Amino acid sequence: MKQPRPLFRWAVFSLPLLFLLLFYFYPLGKIVLLSFLPDGNWDPARLGKLVNSPVYGRILWFTCWQAALSTVITLVLALPGAYVFARYRFFGKNLLQALMTVPFVLPTVVTAAAFRALLGTNGLLNTWLMHGLRLSQPPINIDQTVAFFLLAHVFYNYTLVLRIVGGFWGGLDPDLRAAAKMLGASPWQTFRRITLPLLMPAIGSAALLVFIFCFTSFGVVLILGGPGYATLEVEIYRQSVQLFNLPMAAALSLIQIVVNFLLMWLHARLGKRSRIAFYTDSASGTAIKVESPAEKILIGVNLLFMVILLVTPLLALVVRSFTGQDGLTLAYYSALFTTQARSVFFVEPIAAVANSVGFALAAMTIAVILGLLASTFLASARERGAPVSSFWDAIIMLPLATSAVTLGFGYIITLNRPPLNLRDSLALVPIAHALVAFPFVVRCILPSLKQIPQTLREAATLLGASPYQVWRRVDIPIIGRAILVGAVFAFSISMGEFGASAFVTRPHTPTMPVAIFRFLGQPGDINYGQAMAMSSILMLVTCSGFWLIGRLDASKKPPQASL
Amino acid sequence: MNKILLGASMLILSLATALTSAAETAKTITLMTHDSFNIGKEVIARFEKDNGVKVRFLKSGDAGSALIQAILSKDNPLADVFFGVDNTFFSRALKAEIFLPHASPLLAEIPAALQLDQQNRLLPVDYGDVCLNYDRQWFRTHQLPPPADLADLIKPAYRGLTVVENPATSSPGMAFLLATIGRFGEAGYLDFWKKMRDNDVVVANGWEDAYYGHFTAASKGNRPIVVSYASSPPAVVHYAEKPLSEAPTAALVADNTAFRQIEFVGILRGTKELELAKKLVDFMLSKSFQEDVPLQMFVFPANKNAQLPEVFVKHAVVADKPVELSPSAIEANRDSWIEAWTNVVLR
Repeated sequence: MKQPRPLFRWAVFSLPLLFLLLFYFYPLGKIVLLSFLPDGNWDPARLGKLVNSPVYGRILWFTCWQAALSTVITLVLALPGAYVFARYRFFGKNLLQALMTVPFVLPTVVTAAAFRALLGTNGLLNTWLMHGLRLSQPPINIDQTVAFFLLAHVFYNYTLVLRIVGGFWGGLDPDLRAAAKMLGASPWQTFRRITLPLLMPAIGSAALLVFIFCFTSFGVVLILGGPGYATLEVEIYRQSVQLFNLPMAAALSLIQIVVNFLLMWLHARLGKRSRIAFYTDSASGTAIKVESPAEKILIGVNLLFMVILLVTPLLALVVRSFTGQDGLTLAYYSALFTTQARSVFFVEPIAAVANSVGFALAAMTIAVILGLLASTFLASARERGAPVSSFWDAIIMLPLATSAVTLGFGYIITLNRPPLNLRDSLALVPIAHALVAFPFVVRCILPSLKQIPQTLREAATLLGASPYQVWRRVDIPIIGRAILVGAVFAFSISMGEFGASAFVTRPHTPTMPVAIFRFLGQPGDINYGQAMAMSSILMLVTCSGFWLIGRLDASKKPPQASL
Repeated sequence: MNKILLGASMLILSLATALTSAAETAKTITLMTHDSFNIGKEVIARFEKDNGVKVRFLKSGDAGSALIQAILSKDNPLADVFFGVDNTFFSRALKAEIFLPHASPLLAEIPAALQLDQQNRLLPVDYGDVCLNYDRQWFRTHQLPPPADLADLIKPAYRGLTVVENPATSSPGMAFLLATIGRFGEAGYLDFWKKMRDNDVVVANGWEDAYYGHFTAASKGNRPIVVSYASSPPAVVHYAEKPLSEAPTAALVADNTAFRQIEFVGILRGTKELELAKKLVDFMLSKSFQEDVPLQMFVFPANKNAQLPEVFVKHAVVADKPVELSPSAIEANRDSWIEAWTNVVLR
């Protein structure tokens, strides 16, 4: 069988590459150059501290270890959950899965409020414990500690592992397990020797995303960790916005990019070696009903954990949005429709929802198309082109690992002339979202795409299928679920206005997060209540959207085997 | 696949053109500002009607990021008018030479103390005093007198009661640091902050987190003293869930305890609509705009003829003698003051 022609591969990759060049490398390159050479001269004076002061070394070290630790904890906690979701069918699975994705869209300030309502000094848990155990001091004091933001990182990233690994796990051939069992392997041996090696690409993908996400953590560390902790991302913001030290900000951005690039390149290299081809014709068909008591306990424990970690904080927000001074109230929801109607920036909640969903759909479309093309390009590089492909694999992940402030400022100085006069246009919003979402999509699709046995495509070709037909009839049905997972994340990232968009200048278009921030910007019960009410609406919209997608996915017949 | 490719590029193209062209059909003037800017619909509508123009608002992040974006784009400005330079960023803005002078006739109605630029490149629009706010109810039930001076905060009786914002990441935090420098002098402020640390001060990274995360009067926090604005108490009354006769919080504006933040507007060099830009600036200093400022942004109007709304008259206080520091001193020392503060309080 011939390798796919290089020309075809590069044609497929041209669109993602063009996108990256225009909206990533060009703005980034220009802002870094401008920062280092403000008047065309290299002036290292403002960079002196980088080498002289121990502070930056400490920040880099802190950023690395907290990201690594967050990743390990998230994996350990979420892998059992992924197993349960992959293996079993149970009541409420779809709803729970939709709920798990909600943290992804919540602004950090709101998440912080939720966690404080539960675990803060005067929070629910402390109040109960003080009553129940007759204590005079609150026993839990985790506000502004490492534990608090590690918890929040798990809260945000749990769903990543659950969906990416769980989705992949569900696609493993159950016959393999049965065969191992028949040959006398214990369940542990089967897991260790068969399942784990097959899962590695998906686990690697999820771990990489969690790591980068935590590495570039801005709001979570800023708010929950308190001012004693700073990640590189926080320091970049501080250097550029507060101190106007652009050379230092650019240098720190580059350090952040280089560290992440090396890591991702390493990941791609290692991933090359551990590739095993397999495929099952139906992913949903392998989930089974719960039977033995041991299974019931396993599922029960996992579901309980998910509810405690993820659902209770969300519930606390919803409860708060209905609680006034004298108990239950709808005052905050009705205020959303009435007060500040005089303001030029007032927006009906419906319009905010429409804006958010509109941007999210546009960003999702761009990210999925680009992600699909880039994944096809990366997967079709067979062993021959391994080093080159690892390089591109790492390059594609860079937007996620890049400082939002730096990139946002880059847009200001580059996309400022026709035909690309986009810097203050609304179109830049979905583009900036898609730039961050697109690496997510690639990481979701790539493991599934790579595991498709080449023999399958060869067989199709032998039977007379054109390359397009092979792609459409063989690849797409097998990776359908992975595309869906990628789309879900792309949508969420845009709904939550994650990353660069926070620093993109734009005409006033109130999305839900924008409205939430506006309410939280002024004192007063009504403002806080409205922020909680708008957050609840944001959660409701996100959750019901994903629940519907899950329903559609489940009601679809398992994809037809192409052979 | 070609179909998908084509579809995608069509989508992106049509999105881009639809969104850019829509804004450019009528004659527009663009006001670039920070995310906290707000104004009444009918106020702006009046200006638009009188001048046959559409006002477009560009929101560019917090005050610091908005200013940097304006500076970075000075060769090809994003907007005609920029609002939201405060006196802590004042020198940086002037040094970048991005503003054109405009001797508005309305400056006659604005107190001289607020006019910091002799050349009128930046014109004062509003001001607010950053100061301590405290929870009245908390101090009543705990039978402790509320703080009367910044020096009270380091007394043993006030241990563990205060939350402040980090000056490195928050503009009220920076303003409060400046208040302490004014109150205790450059020689004494670090000693004060060292004692604050020993007295268990909590530092939050932003105002939202300090106020809604730690302040007893606004959340399930455990700190009855917070750094906020002198105009926060009227906001609490205005945005109360049930009508209130007394503000649940109070502001401390004793002499030398508050820092006055003044916000300025300026015309961006390179505007193609200079006459309209001048008109917009004049309008922003005029009574109709100024009288809308308090309830929209919860700051005080710069124009002395502007009438204050009732809730301000009843519940707002103004510092008679706020701390005074020149913008140039702030710009020259910002880096080292923040650095020294961070070393003393956080490291």
